[in-house]
Amino acid sequence: MSERPDQRRRLRVGIDVGGTNTDAVVLDETDSVVATAKRPTSPDVTEGLRAALDAVLAELDDPSLVTRVMLGTTHATNAILERRSLGRVAVLRLGLPATTSVPPLSDWPADLRDVVAAGAAIVRGGHFVDGRPIAPLDTDAVKRFLADVGSEADAVAVAGVFSPGSADQENQVAEIIRAELGDIAISLSHEIGSLGLLERENATVLNAALYGVARDVTTALQDALDSRGLKVETFFAQNDGTLMAVDYAARYPVLTIGSGPANSLRGAAYLSGVEDAIVADVGGTSTDLGVLVGGFPRESAAAVEIGGVTTNFRMPDILSIALGGGTMVGAEPRSVGYRIGREALVFGGPTPTMTDAAVAAGRGTVGTHGVPDQWRDRLAEAVARADELVADAVDRVALGKADRPLIAVGGGALLLAGRIPGASEVIRPRHAEVANAVGAAIALASGRLETIVPTGNGNARAALIEKAKEEAAARAVAAGADPASVQIVELSEIPLSYLPEPAVRLQVKAAGPLSR
Amino acid sequence: MQARISTDDVPALARGCAVLGTGGGGDVRAGGLAARRAILEYGEVPLVRLDELPEDALILPLSGIGAPTVSHEMIHAEDEPVRIRDEVERIFGRPPAAVMSSEIGGGNGVAPVAWAARLGLPLLDADAMGRAFPEVQMVSMYVAGVPANIVIMSDVVGNVVTIRPVDGLWSEQIARAVCVASGSSALMADYVLTARECRGAVIEGTVSRAIAIGRATEGAQDPLAALQDELGAVRLITGKLTDLDRRTTGGFVRGTVTIEGTGEDRGRTLGLEIQNENLVAVEDGRVRAMVPDLITVVDTQAATAVQTEGLRYGQRVTVLAWPCDPLWRTPKGLETAGPRAFGYDLDYLPVEKIAP
Repeated sequence: MSERPDQRRRLRVGIDVGGTNTDAVVLDETDSVVATAKRPTSPDVTEGLRAALDAVLAELDDPSLVTRVMLGTTHATNAILERRSLGRVAVLRLGLPATTSVPPLSDWPADLRDVVAAGAAIVRGGHFVDGRPIAPLDTDAVKRFLADVGSEADAVAVAGVFSPGSADQENQVAEIIRAELGDIAISLSHEIGSLGLLERENATVLNAALYGVARDVTTALQDALDSRGLKVETFFAQNDGTLMAVDYAARYPVLTIGSGPANSLRGAAYLSGVEDAIVADVGGTSTDLGVLVGGFPRESAAAVEIGGVTTNFRMPDILSIALGGGTMVGAEPRSVGYRIGREALVFGGPTPTMTDAAVAAGRGTVGTHGVPDQWRDRLAEAVARADELVADAVDRVALGKADRPLIAVGGGALLLAGRIPGASEVIRPRHAEVANAVGAAIALASGRLETIVPTGNGNARAALIEKAKEEAAARAVAAGADPASVQIVELSEIPLSYLPEPAVRLQVKAAGPLSR
Repeated sequence: MQARISTDDVPALARGCAVLGTGGGGDVRAGGLAARRAILEYGEVPLVRLDELPEDALILPLSGIGAPTVSHEMIHAEDEPVRIRDEVERIFGRPPAAVMSSEIGGGNGVAPVAWAARLGLPLLDADAMGRAFPEVQMVSMYVAGVPANIVIMSDVVGNVVTIRPVDGLWSEQIARAVCVASGSSALMADYVLTARECRGAVIEGTVSRAIAIGRATEGAQDPLAALQDELGAVRLITGKLTDLDRRTTGGFVRGTVTIEGTGEDRGRTLGLEIQNENLVAVEDGRVRAMVPDLITVVDTQAATAVQTEGLRYGQRVTVLAWPCDPLWRTPKGLETAGPRAFGYDLDYLPVEKIAP
């Protein structure tokens, strides 16, 4: 290594913007944590991000050794929840004469639809489940729609019936949009979501509405880095615990939603060295429980609602319980939140909290004051109740398997007992309080594909599955993965019923470390 | 009884239809969206009783058929019922006077509101099952002996197919082949019958019942108790789902679910046999409820129905069972949709006798 001395000292920064805190960590070339910082998340998100970045860089002798920054952020979620900074989207569905009983955006809250919709239309096109076109694509209608609403729109979202199986029409529409409207942002549904037209269409429209937000956060991050003289590559964390290069994130901003829980799960796996486990992330007001399978978050099968809109894209399967370090004993589930440093008994404050209860139970030492004796009985009862709540939640997420360890992470992890029913052991890794930022820093880049494959002909089936794997790997490389080390990490085949010929719904995911 | 179905009634109807789906019957969400949108576009839907209609009024029983994965992706065309209505008018020389749900349980209980609104017709306060069943011949008209002599289907692209089958079995076979050719999703009128023929051959009051079931839990202090009370149901067990053996074969979800009692039911275990719908509930080798009586799994907290596909290990659920319509307890009813029709070697016993 003598010829490349600085290689071993290249550093990277992981940042996780959470609801309460923005955490930042610095990892070196060997993935060791060399600096950490925790700052309150600011209302505009960006200020807190800058503060955490400054704090963690101040720990370094030479910040110029930082070569990469990985960011997991709630910007996109907040923009949707607050109906702020969203772009106007022209929504084009390919499916006529089918699908007219539920037009685009039918289930959207009116206020969000008013902000986002620049116009919507259904044109002739789309496919049947077996790949036959429902109708040839009506290119004239596409052009007429674009001429009508193109000037109003910041982006165009396109969703074709069964496009995850047959993407050709959506791609053809993208070419027409570029020819008619020039350099406008385009979201194609087959690149965003899985089967289920309304949910996939919703996710595609949200994605198109978030291009401006993605640009803003990218610029803000770049400015923050520039002003500190840092020349780095930037990546964004996505909801399955993997990374996207910044230009990829700019195209798929909706995928950043839900990256927080995914990061904390991945960070817990890394810090503990355990790849199959239950993870409990204890924050100030709540505890999120999830499951690691092979080092990745187990994903939710249920539809995910964001800001009142139902989508079907992948999210970690998380069970949240109202139990955190700031939870007020006797006034559950209320929490003192970020005021814990003034309010809790162990900080000399007047309010008994779960942190006080944990200290009184001998689970850790925090704060500046002892726990007054008159509270001991009530705090002991609170700990017993909390333990029951945790055991119940562990049982729910464990799906019947009691042989896995539980990894305790997050700022309030001392709340958790040393033994928890349903878990083989409780692991408390070092730096557990910033596991989410660590998760962002160590993440792999990934690509995913979902399609329908006929299974009648064995050879054709094998060739189609091989092609799907290649496409998923290509998507991982596009997201920033090293082409030499991309692997297929997930492949599932779900049989479909009532079809003219046997077929499966195929889901493939490829992932790999970032290229050097 | 309420006279019109408004957009305010749709969520309650959807919740009620999910409860009456006994685990199957398909998703109620897309039907609910279509119903809401059609009411806004074409107006509220009058809900009529059978005795409010003239004897020779034509009733149009409608249902969507096909693969759930497909109908979730290839949403129905709004005009599918219009083509069926036109075909009925051409064949019978007069238009239908009302739409009826063929299956109140699940999505086919909600979507008829959209179809009726689109046609500007009232919805008959009745259906052909009073619940959900997996096969086309498992309808009250068949049990009552009304000949299955016409099936009209329309698909998303506008094809209309009229079948004049010799019996229910052929009706099922041909309808399924047409459905596959149409992309595995279609709208179907199975039977077209007069109000006179409907008497005793349909299950009345089921639409208003579904709405009442949905309303019962709204804002209730104890939603589960409110639901149980509204249904007149026996609570078979409250507990935790501890085992789930579920597989898809031949288009059906089959499986066994185990629920271990919690709280006052601690120490008890209930097994539930499933074929799309929840069919048989067994405790300690003793059957406590069986098809055609209704067995529904609900979330213990919210009292919302949990569909077969939504069952997950660890869920806190309550299993409710209550009596089916008397029509299903007749010899022909039991032959059509009793335990033996689903391959269980059991003599039917009514839930009110064996559950408590």
